[in-house]
Amino acid sequence: MLTMNNITKVFRTDLVQTYALREFNLNVGEGEFVAVTGPSGSGKTTFLNIAGLLETFDGGSYSLDGEDVSHLNDKARSRFRNEKIGFIFQSFNLIPDLNLFDNVDVPLRYRGFNSSERKRRIEQSLEMVGLANRMKHLPSQLSGGQQQRVAIARALAGEPRFLLADEPTGNLDTKMAHSVMDLLKDINEKGTTIVMVTHDPSLAKQAKRNIYVRDGRVSELHEVAAFAEEESQTTAKASNG
Amino acid sequence: MFSYYLRLAMLSIKRNPILSSLMVAAIALGIGACMTTITVNYIMSADPIPSKSDKLFYVQLDSWDPNNSADADEYSLPSQVTWTEATNLMRAKKAVRQSAMASSGAVIEPPGQDAKPYNASIRLAFTDFFPMFEVPFLYGAPWSHEQDQAREQVVVLSQETNDKIFGGENSVGNSLTIGGNVFTVVGVLKQWEPMPKFYDVTTGAFNEPEELYMPFLLKEELELPNGGNTNCWKTPDGEGFKAFLQSECINFQMWVELPDENAEAAYLDFLNSYAAEQKAMGRFQRPINNRLSDVMEWMEDQEVVADDARIMLWLSFMFLLVCLLNTIGLLLSKFTGKAAEIGLRRAVGASKGDLFMQHLVETGCIGLAGGLAGLGLAYLGLIGIGTLYGDFAKNMTSMDLTMVAVALGLALLSSIAAGLYPTWRACNIAPAGQLKSQ
Ligand SMILES: Nc1ncnc2c1ncn2[C@@H]1O[C@H](COP(=O)(O)OP(=O)(O)OP(=O)(O)O)[C@@H](O)[C@H]1O
Ligand SMILES: [Mg+2]
Repeated sequence: MLTMNNITKVFRTDLVQTYALREFNLNVGEGEFVAVTGPSGSGKTTFLNIAGLLETFDGGSYSLDGEDVSHLNDKARSRFRNEKIGFIFQSFNLIPDLNLFDNVDVPLRYRGFNSSERKRRIEQSLEMVGLANRMKHLPSQLSGGQQQRVAIARALAGEPRFLLADEPTGNLDTKMAHSVMDLLKDINEKGTTIVMVTHDPSLAKQAKRNIYVRDGRVSELHEVAAFAEEESQTTAKASNG
Repeated sequence: MFSYYLRLAMLSIKRNPILSSLMVAAIALGIGACMTTITVNYIMSADPIPSKSDKLFYVQLDSWDPNNSADADEYSLPSQVTWTEATNLMRAKKAVRQSAMASSGAVIEPPGQDAKPYNASIRLAFTDFFPMFEVPFLYGAPWSHEQDQAREQVVVLSQETNDKIFGGENSVGNSLTIGGNVFTVVGVLKQWEPMPKFYDVTTGAFNEPEELYMPFLLKEELELPNGGNTNCWKTPDGEGFKAFLQSECINFQMWVELPDENAEAAYLDFLNSYAAEQKAMGRFQRPINNRLSDVMEWMEDQEVVADDARIMLWLSFMFLLVCLLNTIGLLLSKFTGKAAEIGLRRAVGASKGDLFMQHLVETGCIGLAGGLAGLGLAYLGLIGIGTLYGDFAKNMTSMDLTMVAVALGLALLSSIAAGLYPTWRACNIAPAGQLKSQ
């Protein structure tokens, strides 16, 4: 489904070269819910951007949905993002002067659906995140948690195969974070593959699988249970010490 | 998709009202300045009688001073003819229609007790003047060829004059005292203001037409004064009016109507043989050099489009350029402010082309708004020029559509040109960089 082999990403500035990813290997299967954790600056966002075709990479190979995407041109990458990938960002990234309906409409516009199809999808996905009755509201009239739900509705409206989320709960309090997490689990249950970067171990352990990134590499792979165990041990140690 | 882009453009313009209005104002100023000068140039270079401007010819004969080289610019072919040539050519009657003419003036004494006498401008012409130049009549008709020859005291009034003296009524048959002589009104013109005033540009191509029209030969009969420019290369032999008329002084214009090239060639032959005859009589001592110029050639020759109008045109285009450079700067800052939205749109699947179109539509809207505002400014500018220099602005109405189209086209084109670089920058924003926490 998503296969990265020895992906390397270097950021070159005038003075330094930063290896954001080095020999990054990962395989995500259909229907998985992968949580990515790791220290700040370890390359999680970089990985997600490359996975979502928002950024190019310098070495290695990457295939998505059975297609080698290394050499796609800009138009093809845009199309790929539009049809197969949904994004959720930490800062929601809603367009402030479009109402909820029009915000969810954005990816559908580039898809070329007719207006009744767009309307159906927008209403359906806003329904799913519980905001169908706020369609005409502006983002600024919503709470942070509600805004993130709109962003999720926007990501879902195109019925993508993948949902990529970069700290989707980073700007939310615990209660709202968990409700967003529940929503993502629901979506995953319905068959959408999800890769989510998070700093919150309690959310990470709710995913089916955890990976840990350090220094631009996948340093450990955990099955959920194993991770949860280790996680509980470290918290236990912390509370003991 | 276009209507979607339009909606986004409106939203975006509303989001930054100050920035947007600055851009509209910059474009409006540039377009306003350009349209003002374009219109002035357009009116100046317009064909005043498109239906037959290629059939009407201005006659020039070289009767000038043999001691001055005809090659020197200031002594080249004279731009008017002498009384002798005017009357001789009229007598020869070699063209389909012909009229010698001159400008003059006299005091009108309007009937009625309270009305004060005033100085009126006069066009002396032959009756062919009216059909030749398609002069429209409100009442009556031109005088006849016989009346021309008999030097009858008949007069055709301009509409304005008729309004002033006869309150706009049909005054045909009424008498009017002009320069102490009693004239009979035979006709009243409909509003007629050829622009430029091509039939006589010697005293300014954009002057108002004359107030009265009367038979040319009355010049001699009533010793009417010279109007316009009078040039002489030698002093008249003797004193007085008769001596002036027989002198080599030029003060008269000669127009002929020739239906085709054969007629034109034949008329030029006639002029050349006429000049040869005159040579034999001791006049026309320079090499034979006669010329027929059709209306547009004559306008060109007389440099009706003044140099300063051309210079103003270039200056205004420079000004537009400066305004556009400003607009580029404003657009850059505006589109930079939209980086987050652009990044988001890219992430969810907009191609560079989609974003390019979106922003081009936005720029186009601003350009159109600027164009419309610029038209308003141009209109004010023309009124300003009108009050300074004459009645250009009055003639605007007839050119409205062309000018509106030119203005909007120019505004659209230049705003899109200004928008290209900012738009290109906008759609090349790397999406990943814009999606981080804000
Ligand atoms: N555009 C860039 N230019 C230069 N260096 C960059 C750029 N983006 C990321 N980096 C560097 O690449 C490395 C990985 O960054 P990345 O954003 O992927 O980390 P992260 O794991 O998402 O961190 P965080 O948890 O703080 O979000 C960092 O050292 C960062 O400084
Ligand atoms: Mg990050």
